[in-house]
Amino acid sequence: MNRPVHAAARTPTPIAVTLVVAAWAIVGLFVVVPLASVFREAFSGGVGAWWAALAHDPDTRHAIWLSLTVAPLAVVFNTLFGVAAAWLVARFRFPGRSLLITLFDLPFSVSPVVAGLALVLIFGRQGLLGPTLAALGWKVIFSWPGLVLATTFVTLPLVVRELLPVMESIGPEEEMAAVSLGANGWQVFTRVTLPTIRWALLHGVVLANARAVGEFGAVYVVSGHIAGATDTMPLRVEKLFQEYRQPASMAVASVLAGLALVTLVAKFVIERRLGAESRERQAIRAPDDPVVEAARP
Amino acid sequence: MRLQAQRIGGHRVVAVAGTVIAVMIAGAGCRPPSSADHGGPIELLNVSYDPTRELYRDINDSFARSYEAEHGRPVTVKQSHAASGSQARAVIDGLEADVITLAVWPDVEAVARAGLVRQDWQQRYDNRSVPYHSVVVFVVRKGNPKDIRDWSDLSRDDISIITPSPKTSGNGKYSFLAAWGSVLKSGGTEEDARRFVAALYKRTPVLDTGARGATATFSQKGIGDVHLTFENEAHLEVAEAQGNLEIVYPRWSIRVDPPVAVVDQNVDRRGTRHAAEAYLGFLYTPLARTLIAKHHFRPWGDAPPPAAGEAWPPIDTFDVDFVGGWPRAMELFFTEDGVFDAIYQPSIPD
Repeated sequence: MNRPVHAAARTPTPIAVTLVVAAWAIVGLFVVVPLASVFREAFSGGVGAWWAALAHDPDTRHAIWLSLTVAPLAVVFNTLFGVAAAWLVARFRFPGRSLLITLFDLPFSVSPVVAGLALVLIFGRQGLLGPTLAALGWKVIFSWPGLVLATTFVTLPLVVRELLPVMESIGPEEEMAAVSLGANGWQVFTRVTLPTIRWALLHGVVLANARAVGEFGAVYVVSGHIAGATDTMPLRVEKLFQEYRQPASMAVASVLAGLALVTLVAKFVIERRLGAESRERQAIRAPDDPVVEAARP
Repeated sequence: MRLQAQRIGGHRVVAVAGTVIAVMIAGAGCRPPSSADHGGPIELLNVSYDPTRELYRDINDSFARSYEAEHGRPVTVKQSHAASGSQARAVIDGLEADVITLAVWPDVEAVARAGLVRQDWQQRYDNRSVPYHSVVVFVVRKGNPKDIRDWSDLSRDDISIITPSPKTSGNGKYSFLAAWGSVLKSGGTEEDARRFVAALYKRTPVLDTGARGATATFSQKGIGDVHLTFENEAHLEVAEAQGNLEIVYPRWSIRVDPPVAVVDQNVDRRGTRHAAEAYLGFLYTPLARTLIAKHHFRPWGDAPPPAAGEAWPPIDTFDVDFVGGWPRAMELFFTEDGVFDAIYQPSIPD
């Protein structure tokens, strides 16, 4: 907003007006109207019916609970992995490093259905680890651990991708300074690294959580579709829809859409903080008084 | 102060994360395999196909009451529904079904071939383990605007047809076989039948993977003039459409025989054989037969009517044996490079 605007953009030309109108029309038509119609359908029987559809159907209740368990577990995994992986590739140079960075992105380019099938090939009864798991009495596929694995897979790039550019831009100097002052590894991480990456980390976590809650394809393959056991919210939406229970289906869909709106707000707040911090860092790079600047919390 | 708070916070995060992971690893796969041996509540999993959700919801309640009354053990039956072929595949890949109630013989047979169901499964229950059947009928728009009366109408150029993929869906396989058999029944040759199904699938704009997907395409998205589906599905679809759709009974149709089987390997491991066998046996009782008829499946034996004062519409049927039996049908029509692959090209309706 306070960035300099090109003079030509200030006086709206017909083309600019057309583009703005077209952009609004497309966003309205393809985003706002469909989402609004989900809410309209969800509340078509009133708030009471909406609440009853969510709270009084044990299978729906279970689906909501399951989604709110599976998604955070996947996010915890991705956070641990994301921080470690981003730190590794940002701070060290080693053979195969670029390949590794490319592989972080692989889950984005693989179709979620393929991801689900790949898990079946490994953990299924006929799969690579199938006999071992059966002998141990562990169930992965068609049970909640499979849902967590599938969700973790599809959201894998989100945290690491957010952290990598921030870690690379801050460089290792502050961490090395901390080490030279006698800090151990854990102290360096919690007192130097974590405070600088926290907003980027939160950004990644929010995005990963949004994607995890909404994941359909990979989860569809490994779920087994057991009502009241392995149906997550998106699967429940489909099932209710196919059972001709459209208002109930849209009620669950409205919860998902509501979570998306929360994500949107969180994303907006975090991005403002991220922007502020990156400006701060630029200020630190060329400070008038480096000591005072660096001492700021 | 501030630094210290951060340090404690960090430790707490790690502790929580560590606990979560430890619990996950320890608790992975928490369905106790033999709780049923010790007199506790029994949990059965019925892995079924798309159109039986409402039916089994009723059956399960009724079975739970009757089993507990008779054997004194509470039992709950969980349901899983999707396209029949995918469900068979899931059971083979480890979905722990106690019983499978699938759309077509080949799907149960595939599970048997994988060693999960004993080879003699067809002899374990009456009527070759088929407790109820249905027929393939037509669902058309209100007032039948395109005047669709019989199979021969489906090759007309102005008719677009909705049916799920015969590759993944039992419903789709039966529709294909019904179309094929209808030609043979009216005196045509296999060559005529091939031409007929080619014309039919040429006018099929969408091939959904399962029955309910095709229903949504036809009734909710409003695509197509006629939807080929099971009689029981047709009734649900028409009731849901509130007067916008109606059923047409063709002169001939195929008998849809969805078989059931106990998944021997799973029930023996979980100790649920007694309840699982009782569950499938229950499908043949008068009580279950009434429920089955209520959901517009035609029960085996002397079938009660779907509702008091309502009769089953008469329709002449042939079964899959008429078109060569399942092994031949699978081999000839639905395998890779079979007849279906040869005649079907995805196309945009004109």
